Amino acid sequence: MFDIPFENSWPIANILTEPVGVAHYVSVGAVLFVCGALCMATKRNALGVLMGIELVLNGANLNFVAFGSQYLRADEHSLGLDGQLIALFVIVLAAAEAAVALAIVLNFYNSHDSIDVDHADQLSG
Amino acid sequence: MESIYWPSFFFWLFSAITCSFAVGVLVSTNIVRMAFYLVLSLAAAAGLMFLAGADFVGAMQLLIYVGGTLVLLIFGVMLTSQERFVEMKTWAGDWVKGFLAGGALLFVLIYAAFSIPEWRGMERTAAEAVPTTHTVTPIAMGLLGARTDAPDRPGYLLLFEIVSVHLLVVLIGAAYLARARRTRTIESMK
Amino acid sequence: MLSVPAVGPDPLTWGYTDSIGSAGLRKNQQVASFLSEYIWTWLAYTFAGLVHIALIINLVAVGALIFIWLERKISGRIQDRLGPTRVGGKFGWLQTLADGLKLITKEDLMPAGADGFLFKIAPYVSFCASIAAFIAIPFAGGDYPWIPQRLNTGVFFVIAVLGLEVFGVILAGYSSASKWSLFGAMREAAQVVSYEVPLGMCIVVPVLIAGSLDLIVIGDRQAGWFTNWIIFHDPFTFITFWVYFTCATASVNRAPFDLAEAESELVAGFHTEYSGLRWSFFFMAEYGSMFSVSILASILFLGGWNGPIPISDMLGLTPENGAFAAYIGQFLGAMNVIFKGTIGVCVMMWIRWTLPRLRIDQVMTTCLKYCTPIAAVMFLGATFWQLKIPDRNFFGVMPMNPAVFEIGEGLPGPRFPEIPEGKPITDQVAASNGAERKAL
Repeated sequence: MFDIPFENSWPIANILTEPVGVAHYVSVGAVLFVCGALCMATKRNALGVLMGIELVLNGANLNFVAFGSQYLRADEHSLGLDGQLIALFVIVLAAAEAAVALAIVLNFYNSHDSIDVDHADQLSG
Repeated sequence: MESIYWPSFFFWLFSAITCSFAVGVLVSTNIVRMAFYLVLSLAAAAGLMFLAGADFVGAMQLLIYVGGTLVLLIFGVMLTSQERFVEMKTWAGDWVKGFLAGGALLFVLIYAAFSIPEWRGMERTAAEAVPTTHTVTPIAMGLLGARTDAPDRPGYLLLFEIVSVHLLVVLIGAAYLARARRTRTIESMK
Repeated sequence: MLSVPAVGPDPLTWGYTDSIGSAGLRKNQQVASFLSEYIWTWLAYTFAGLVHIALIINLVAVGALIFIWLERKISGRIQDRLGPTRVGGKFGWLQTLADGLKLITKEDLMPAGADGFLFKIAPYVSFCASIAAFIAIPFAGGDYPWIPQRLNTGVFFVIAVLGLEVFGVILAGYSSASKWSLFGAMREAAQVVSYEVPLGMCIVVPVLIAGSLDLIVIGDRQAGWFTNWIIFHDPFTFITFWVYFTCATASVNRAPFDLAEAESELVAGFHTEYSGLRWSFFFMAEYGSMFSVSILASILFLGGWNGPIPISDMLGLTPENGAFAAYIGQFLGAMNVIFKGTIGVCVMMWIRWTLPRLRIDQVMTTCLKYCTPIAAVMFLGATFWQLKIPDRNFFGVMPMNPAVFEIGEGLPGPRFPEIPEGKPITDQVAASNGAERKAL
C-alpha cells in the first residue's frame, strides 16, 4: 500500500546497537504532542487543559533540541546552537503563559465556583 | 552480536518513561495524579535533552518547567481540588473522536519522521567520534549577541531583551489578575 | 557544526578520545577506566556508579545520623541542658541509632482518606531530589576531581534539583487528607519557590567571578591561601554570602523559616500523618538538603577543598609527586569540604535555637522586600567591580595567581572560544562573502 522508502531494514531492527537519530526524537515529540492535544480536547477540568498545553510545548521543545543536536545528525544542515536557544525561549514563554492561564482559571473558579470548562458558557448563543 | 550502544539504551529508557507518563496524563481522571504523572514525564524529557547534548536546556527545563511551572500548576490544583472536581470523567464519545484524530496525526508524524534518511541516525563509528563540547559559554555569548559557535548567524540579544520585558509584563499582569477579591455568589450551574 | 572553533589538531588525534559511547574514558572517570581493563566497559561503568551511589548515600545517611545527634546536643547546650547522655556512653553517641531502630519498628499507618499511591511515594520523591543534588557536587578538584559526574552546568543542575524537593512536600501534604498538612505543604511550597529567586541571584555572583558554571572551575579558582576565597573578593560578594546563607536556610525550611513544620501551630505540618520509616525519609531529605546547600556555600564562597592554608601544596601532596600523594591531597580536600559543610549546618542549628520563628507574611516580606533587592544590588556591584578591577583578589589588594587562567573545564581545547583579533564578526562575514554560510 505505501511505498515505504526505507533503505535497509526497519528502523527498530538494531534497537540497542545503533545510535538513534532525529526521527526517534521527533517521534517522542510527536507522542507528547498528540497526548497534549488530546488532553486539551477531552479534559473537562481547566487545569487538565493547561497540562495538555504544557505537553504540547514540550513536544515542540524536544523537536528543536533534536534538530540542534550534533550527536543525532551528521550533515551540515544542522540547526546547531539555534535549536537549543529556541528551546530556551520556548521554555521561558511557556512558563509565562502558564502563569497567566492559571490566573485566568483561578479567576473563573472564584467567580463561578466551578472549574469545569463546560460551565464556561456565558458567551454562548 | 555487537556491544550495546549505551546512549541508545538510555534514549529508549527515558523515552519509555516520557511517553508512558504522557499517556497516563491523558488517560487518568484524577487531577492530582495527572499533575504527578506530568512531573515525571517532563523530568524524563529533561533527561532526553541531556542525552542530546543540550545540558543547559535540560537543566533549564528542570529548573523552570518542572520546578516552577509545574509547581504553579500543582498550586492551582490544590486550590481548586474540592471533592467534586478531583475526578472528572470525559464522555465516551469524546474519547473515540479524540483517539481517531490523534491516532491519525501520530501516524502521519511518525511516518514523515522516519521517511527522511538523514534523520534515521548516524553510523555508530561516526557517532562515537563526535567530540563532546560544552554549550554553556556559546549559549551565553549567543544571548549577548556574539555568536562564537557559528559567526555568520545572528545573535539573540534583541530576543533576550524582548523576552525579559515580556516576562515582566506577564508577572505584573498575572499578579493583578490573581489578586484577592471578594467572591461573588454561586452562579446557577447546568 | 556546533563545536567551538578549536585551536589545535583534529579531535580524533587527541591524546585520548573524549566522546560519548566510546571506550576512551575521560580523565575524571577514574574508577570506570581502571576497572574497564579487567571487565566489560558497561559493567565497569555500573560498578563505578554503584560505588559513587554507596559513598553518597553513606555521606547523607551517616551525616544525617551525626547531625541529628549534634542538633540535640547543640540545642541542649544552648538551652542550658545536656541533651542525650545515656545511650552509648557519656555523650549519647548512639542515641540516633536507637531512634532509628525505634522508627523502623513503628506501625506503618496511613490515614483513611489518603491517596495511597501518592502518600507512599512522597517521601521517596523528597529523598531522591535531596540526594540527586550530590551528583554534581565536587569534593576535591584539580586535574583529577572527586565528583560523581562532572557537569558543565554544575551549579545550575544542583539548584534545579534542589527545587524539585518541594514536590515531595506538596504530595505529602495533599495525600494526607488533612487540612493542616495541606496548609503546611502550601506554605512550604510558596516559601521554597519564592526563595529560589534571590538564591539564584546570589549564586550568579561567584559564577561571574569564576567565569563558569562548573563547580570544579569555581573551586579551583580559589586555590591557595584564604585571601583567594570568593567571599573576600570584594565587599559585594561578602554581603552576598550572608544573603545566600539566609536564602539557603529559608530554602530548606530551617528555622527561623520553618513555619511549614511549626510544631506549635500545625502539629507537624506536611508530615503530620507520617510515622516511622516514612518520616525518617523526610528527615533525611531535610538534613541532606541542609548539608548540600552548606557544601555549595563552601565551594562557591569559602574555597571548597582549598583550605585557609594550602597544606596540600606545602606538603607536596599534588599529582606531580605520584598517585599516592595525589590521593592523600584530594582526601584532605574532601575532608575540608565536609568540614566546612558541617560548620554551615552547625550555624543553621545555632540560628534555629536562637531566633524566634517568623510568620508567613514576614517570611515573604523578607524574601521579596529584602533578600531579592539586596541580591540584585550585590549582583550589579559585583559586576561593576569585576569590570573595573578584574584580576585582583582580597578586596582588590592582592594580585591573582596567573595559574588560575589555565584552569580547564575537563575537555581538551581552549576554555573560551577563540575569536580572531581585530575585526568584528560582521566584517569577517563580509570578508568571506558568506562563504561559510550554511544553508538550512
